[in-house]
Amino acid sequence: MEPSEHGPDRDDARHHEPSPTLYPLGFAVGIAVILVGLVIDPLVIGSIGLVITLVFAFLWIRDATRLHREERVAVEAERREAAEKGVPVKGERFPRSRFLESMTVGLGALIGGIVTVPVAGFALLPSFLGQGRHKVDLGPLSEFPEGQWLVATFMTDPAAGEVSRRTAFVRNNGAFDNEPSFTIISNRCAHLGCPVQPNGPIGKTSFEPTANGKVRLIQATPAGFGCPCHGGQYDTEGNRTAGPPVRALDRYSFEINQGRLVLLSTFSVSHVDGTGAQAKIYKYKLSGPGQHVDGGEQWFYPIQPPHH
Amino acid sequence: MAGARKPPTKAQIRRRNLEVAVQYPVDWLEERSGLIGGIKYFLFRKVPADTNWMQTLGSATLTAFIVQAVTGVILAMYYQPTPQGAYPSIVRITDHLTMGWLVRGMHKWGASVFIILMFLHMGRVFLFGAYKYPRELNWVVGVLLLATGMAEGFTGYLLPWDQTAYWASVVGINLNGTAPFLGPWLAQFLRSGQEISGETLTRFYSLHMLILPGAIAALIGLHLYLVIRLGVTSPPWSDEAAGRERPEEPSELRQGLTQTAAHGSGGQS
Repeated sequence: MEPSEHGPDRDDARHHEPSPTLYPLGFAVGIAVILVGLVIDPLVIGSIGLVITLVFAFLWIRDATRLHREERVAVEAERREAAEKGVPVKGERFPRSRFLESMTVGLGALIGGIVTVPVAGFALLPSFLGQGRHKVDLGPLSEFPEGQWLVATFMTDPAAGEVSRRTAFVRNNGAFDNEPSFTIISNRCAHLGCPVQPNGPIGKTSFEPTANGKVRLIQATPAGFGCPCHGGQYDTEGNRTAGPPVRALDRYSFEINQGRLVLLSTFSVSHVDGTGAQAKIYKYKLSGPGQHVDGGEQWFYPIQPPHH
Repeated sequence: MAGARKPPTKAQIRRRNLEVAVQYPVDWLEERSGLIGGIKYFLFRKVPADTNWMQTLGSATLTAFIVQAVTGVILAMYYQPTPQGAYPSIVRITDHLTMGWLVRGMHKWGASVFIILMFLHMGRVFLFGAYKYPRELNWVVGVLLLATGMAEGFTGYLLPWDQTAYWASVVGINLNGTAPFLGPWLAQFLRSGQEISGETLTRFYSLHMLILPGAIAALIGLHLYLVIRLGVTSPPWSDEAAGRERPEEPSELRQGLTQTAAHGSGGQS
């Protein structure tokens, strides 16, 4: 039977009538008896319920499929012709439907904007605003003998745990103009941020209890520093000597507070002339690894995101 | 049907009744939703006669993505995206939970399969010239899928939170940071601050399991829509390539479903 055999005037009302049968009711009663039976007596009452359910299920199915077993009536889905769009009624310059269309779209856009702005702000702004700055207490000056390199490992934020662990190479340069002088180099490689290691034997390890938890100090005698990831090499002042790094290693600024060495913020260094207390450090605002701070390439990174 | 009608045998009547019983729910759904017709339209399209096994690489990639989605959802039931909990939960999934090693292994190796299949599929499309008019937009959508797929790989790599994961992500984020102008901002956004922290982990987790898969699913929908709308390309060696089409043949595939009772008695009117 093709749909085309049936005209639009065919009588399909019979097909759409709700079934006048009571069998579903009997089926529901059977299910209810099964459930009651499961609580009271599964074997007897449950079986009775099962019998009722199956009998009415059979009757219901037979009744529901009666039409199809006898004769099959093809029913086409209901269709409605779409009204012609945007044709103004005679004499109407700005149709009501067009007004409602623009209001719906406009209000939707407004609501969408009102919702999007705070959500987008929450997604983006916390990465850039309120960037905390941590002071790190490394212990008393007596732990840092003059001329001795120490690999200091510490947590910048003990509340955050191990994930905030950082490493710096610290050397006491002795006094310079009656002021204590330290060389404190960050171990973050200036190539892509891997942990730089001292090139040379390490000595005894000690742990210093501080306000920032335990600080680990390892004695070292480096000939320079090297990165395990891509082979960047630096001298003991942090100047790049070989490999892919684009500048010298970053350094920590520091203060001496009540006889204790305290690390402040980090800054970037293009290169260092001289050594130790006499070194001339070409200092720049902290930049990410791989970013040039001097030369022509610095213009690729004109504005750094806010950080300490 | 031509010829004299014989009265149907009992077996024919039984068979016809069975067909009607099977067809009833299908017709019920079709009448109210049109879904069956849509699915038929989607699955039983005409394709060039000389399609190639290479042209199954796209659906293979789709299958790989579905495997990643399903195994990823299950892994998310056990994984804990915190600096203290991430690695122990990975160890628990791998070593202690029943079949956890298998599902994690499927997700881990399936990730590589997904990426490899994307490149093979891309190579097929390139070598068959299937990116040419009118399918340029589908190439663009495919490139976006490649980018989001690689971003899935990047964000997923951090989640085990071991030394490899941590330092690979440090390097990866800093690579983004070296992009001119906006690079430092992108890196700080990915890092959720100027240092890697627990928030980097939760951010990557959210990107990995919500934002990027959602984007991939939407792009796959667009990709498939364009495939269906524009059809499958013939291989370059085909006579049908370059717009030389076969003569149109009458097709029964796209006819409606409601006349299927007629199919039982032999088909055409």
